[in-house]
Amino acid sequence: MDLSYGEAAEAFRKEVRGFIKAAWQPGELRGAELKDHIRAFRRAAIEQGYLYRSVPKRYGGSEQPVDVIRAQVIREEFGRARAPMEVGGNGVNMTVPTLLEKGTEEQRELFIRPTIEGDYIWGQGYSEPGSGSDLASVRTKAELSADGSKWIVNGQKIWTSQGMQATHMFMLVRTEPDAPKHDGITYLLMDLNQPGVTRRPIRQMTGEQGSHTFCEFFFDNAEAPVSWQVGERGQGWYVSRTTLKHERASIGSADGLGSQFRKLVELAQEMGRIGDPLVRDRLAEIEGRVLSHRYTSFRLFSCAAAGEDPGAVPLLMKLLLTEIGHDIALLAQDLIGEEGMTEPLGAGGRGPRGPRGPNKWLDQIMGSLGNSIAGGASNIQRNIIGERGLGLPRDLAMSAEK
Amino acid sequence: MHFHLTAEQVAIQDAVRGTLGECWGMERLHAFADGEADFDAESWQALMALGIGALALPEAEGGAGLGLLDAALVCEVAGEAAAPGPLIGQIVAALAVAQCQDAATRALLPGIASGETVATIALDSNLVQCARTAQLFLADDGAGGLCLIAAGEGVEIEAVSATDRSRPVSRVTFGSAKTYPLFVAGDPMVQRIRDAALVLIAADALGGAQHCTDLSVEYAKTREQFGQPIGRFQGLKHQLAHMMLDVEPARAQVWYAAYGWDAGLPDATRAAAMAKAHLCEVYTRTTRAAIAAHGGIGYTWEYGLNYWFRRSVHNRAWLGSPAQHRARAAQLAGW
Repeated sequence: MDLSYGEAAEAFRKEVRGFIKAAWQPGELRGAELKDHIRAFRRAAIEQGYLYRSVPKRYGGSEQPVDVIRAQVIREEFGRARAPMEVGGNGVNMTVPTLLEKGTEEQRELFIRPTIEGDYIWGQGYSEPGSGSDLASVRTKAELSADGSKWIVNGQKIWTSQGMQATHMFMLVRTEPDAPKHDGITYLLMDLNQPGVTRRPIRQMTGEQGSHTFCEFFFDNAEAPVSWQVGERGQGWYVSRTTLKHERASIGSADGLGSQFRKLVELAQEMGRIGDPLVRDRLAEIEGRVLSHRYTSFRLFSCAAAGEDPGAVPLLMKLLLTEIGHDIALLAQDLIGEEGMTEPLGAGGRGPRGPRGPNKWLDQIMGSLGNSIAGGASNIQRNIIGERGLGLPRDLAMSAEK
Repeated sequence: MHFHLTAEQVAIQDAVRGTLGECWGMERLHAFADGEADFDAESWQALMALGIGALALPEAEGGAGLGLLDAALVCEVAGEAAAPGPLIGQIVAALAVAQCQDAATRALLPGIASGETVATIALDSNLVQCARTAQLFLADDGAGGLCLIAAGEGVEIEAVSATDRSRPVSRVTFGSAKTYPLFVAGDPMVQRIRDAALVLIAADALGGAQHCTDLSVEYAKTREQFGQPIGRFQGLKHQLAHMMLDVEPARAQVWYAAYGWDAGLPDATRAAAMAKAHLCEVYTRTTRAAIAAHGGIGYTWEYGLNYWFRRSVHNRAWLGSPAQHRARAAQLAGW
C-alpha cells in the first residue's frame, strides 16, 4: 500500500499551483468586479483542463481523459487556495450528466454552457408531498397541448434545494396515467420564470428560512416545450436513474468529516471538558468510525484510480456518514451543555450573523437529522445495503411492484 | 497511490483459506474444543508449511520480505476460521528476533520462522495462549523491555478452563527461567512489537466479524418463517445491513494500521491502538448480532457461533480493553 499520489501527480500539482497563483488574484475586488474575475478565472481553468473535465469542449467543458488522481489534485489545490471550483449544485451534478447521456443535441446546446457558467440554476423536481421514499408515485401531471407542441403541467413539487434561486427545473411528471407506475413518467425540463409557477420557501426545523432554504413549487398550467422532454415519453423514471460515474471518486467527504471531528475535539477543549475521561473515551470511539470512513474513502479512491470494481462498498458510504453525524451531534449536545438552551442569531446555517458561540453546534445537532432523510432516507439505505450489498431477497411491497 | 489489496495479497489469503479449509473445519473445532489439548499440530504444520512464520521477515533473514500488512491478512483468515495456535505470537516473535542484536537470541530465529519452535505472547497478563505447548514466551523483562523466556524450568503452568476454545489459555508464572534478551526499556522496538501485536489482534477480529456476518446473511437467505426467507423481513435485513456497515469500513482501518507500521508513519502507534479498540468493539457487536440473527440455533453449542463469540471475548480483553486503548489514543493525540 502507498498513500502518496506518485511523482507524476506531484509534478502536476506544481503546475496547478503555478496556474492558480498567476490566475487567481481576487485581492480587494468586490461585487461585479469580483464576479467578473471569478468568471475569467473559471474560463482560464477550463482552458487548462482543470474544470468540467467530463464535459465536451463544444459545450464549454475541458473534455479531459478520466484521471481520478489528477481530479483529486485539482480539488486539493483549488481548495487550498480557496479558488473558485466548478459552480456545483444540481445543474452541474445532475442536469449536465443527464443531458450528456440522454439529452438531444438541441438540449445540450441550449442548457449545458449556461449551466456550467452559473447562469442557469437548476432545481430538482422529484419529491412531492406524499411521495416520500416512493419516488415513482409522482402525481404531478403533464398533458400535451392541443397542438402537441407543449406539455401542460399541474401539480406540486417539494424539497427543492436552491429553490428561490432556481431558474430552471428538471422534473418527473406523470404523462401516462394508465401505464404501470414506473412506465408512466416523463422527464421534463422547465423554465421556472413563467406565470404558471409559484414557489414558496419551507421553514425548516433549524429555523432556516428565506432565500437559502428548500422550496415547494406549485404548477398551475405551467408549460414546457415538448422538445425539452429528455428521453422517450413514459421513460422518465429510467432517465432519472442516470448517474455520474466520471471521476466521482474523491476523498472530499472524508476530509469534511475529518474537519468536523477536529472541531468537535476543539469544542471539548473550549468547554473545558477535554480532561474528562468519559469525554475522551467518547471522542476516541467516534474517531474509530471517522477513521474507518476515511480509510475506506482512500480504498474507494484507490480502486477508482486503478479502474477496479470496489464491489458493494460504495453503498455503505451515505449511511455511514449519516450515522457518524448522529454520534457527533449527541456528543456535541453534551459538550455545549446549557449553551444549548439558547440559539445563535441567524440560526439555521447560512446567512449573515454576529459572533457565534458553542451554541452554533445546534446547526449540526439538528442538521444531522436532515441527513437521515435527504438523498435517500436511512431505512432505504439499509434496504439497499441488505438487498444489493448482501443479496437478501427484496422487500415484499417493492418486489410486488416490479 | 494504492490502497486496496493486490492480486498477490488476495492469493495469499486464498492459500491460507484453502489450507485451513482442508485441516480445520467445524468438526475439528468441536473435537478440539471438547478435548484437552491447547494446540493442534496438524493445522499448525500446514500453516507453517505456507511460510507464515517467516512471511514478514526480510529476505536476508530467510523471510518472504513482505510486511505486517500481509501478516495481518493471514491473521484475518485465521480469525475467520477460528484457527488454533498462537499464530499472532509466532509472527510477532519472529519480527522481534529478526530486529534483535543479541547473538544467542538471534540463533532462535530459524526455529521460529519455520514454526518448529512455537512462540506465544505472555505480555500484560499471566493468561497465555497455548502455554502448555509453547517453547518461547514473549514477555516483559521486568524493567520495561522485552525478552523471550524459554519453557521448562522456572516456568510454572496451571491449567484453567478457557473461554476461547480455539486458542485455550493457561495461567503462567515465571520464576528464574532461561531468558533471551530482545530489547531494553526505551528502545523504540519495544513499542513497535507491542503495536504489531495489536494490529494482528485487530485483523483476527476483522476476520471473525466478517465470518459471523457471512454466516448470518447465509442463514437469513435460507431459513424460512411465515413462508418467507427471513432475510426478506426489514427488521432483520436492517440488522444485517448494520453488521456490514460496521465490519466492511473497519477493514480499511486494519489496512491503514498495518501499512502505517510497515511504512513507519508517525501515527503508527496511535493507529494500532485505534484499530485494536475499534475492531474489538466491532467484533463484540457483530458476534452478538449474529447470534440474535440466528435465533435459537445460534444459542446452541452445536451450531458453533459460540466459538467466535468466545474468541471476541478473548480478543477484546487481550493486551488491553478497547477503553484502555482509546485512553492511550487520546493521550497520543495530545487531547
